[in-house]
Amino acid sequence: MVAMAKKISKTVLSRTDHLLEVRDFVSEAARQFGFSEEDVANIVLAVDEACTNIIKHAYQYAPDKEINIAIVRNNGTFEVKIKDNGKNFNPDALKRPDLQRNLTHHRRGGLGVYLMRKLMDKVEYNFEAGHSNEVSLVKYLSKKQSLIKK
Amino acid sequence: MSDFKIHHREGEGVNVLELKGYLDAHTAPDLENAFQQLLNEKRYRIVVNFKDLSYISSAGLGVFMAYIEDVRKNKGDIKLTNMTPKVYNVFDLLGFPILYEIYKDEKEAIGKFKDGKKQ
Repeated sequence: MVAMAKKISKTVLSRTDHLLEVRDFVSEAARQFGFSEEDVANIVLAVDEACTNIIKHAYQYAPDKEINIAIVRNNGTFEVKIKDNGKNFNPDALKRPDLQRNLTHHRRGGLGVYLMRKLMDKVEYNFEAGHSNEVSLVKYLSKKQSLIKK
Repeated sequence: MSDFKIHHREGEGVNVLELKGYLDAHTAPDLENAFQQLLNEKRYRIVVNFKDLSYISSAGLGVFMAYIEDVRKNKGDIKLTNMTPKVYNVFDLLGFPILYEIYKDEKEAIGKFKDGKKQ
């Protein structure tokens, strides 16, 4: 059996028509790592939300910018690092979305960041002097799943 | 290649939108257009059938939030049906079941429109 590469990465242009390709890339890697279908779906959705936020907020729909998605697999840890060179985005400024309020104000913001935190075990943001952002999404493989894998 | 399709049918005064494929930030505008068209035609009794929808992200859920108030103001509703557990989970995580009527079966949702004349 070929050993699984610890780190794989992919760069796509900042366009929503690349989201499907990103989801396929992440789901294959997560499945290979031994996650349940439910966990695979959760990781894929979290990555989609992160990339969608980059396209909308960091790049403000500019279609020719780059998003780099790197997957690092180590022991029981599956980390997806998503990098962009767009506008800084401070998710900590976002409160938990109030659905009732959004409903009456036609607002939809904040759902993606809230979902990412719900779906992953750890979500961290790193900003570099003005024009580089990285979000790290981490999911741990449960002991039960890693035993099955062995 | 189209990864999202909407099929619209109407019967007994209720408009059913059947969704198929992947509803994400790329395809959400298609659903927005479908809702906008229904509103332009003053069709406010809407059932959305998710039977063949494989995937939804928050961009898709945002579309329902954008239109529900206008629909309800006009004495209508958007009722959601036939979700797979995977799709339902996303709605559930964001608290949608409190604000939207979600049914297992399309017929049940259509029946609710017929029961409650006010809607």
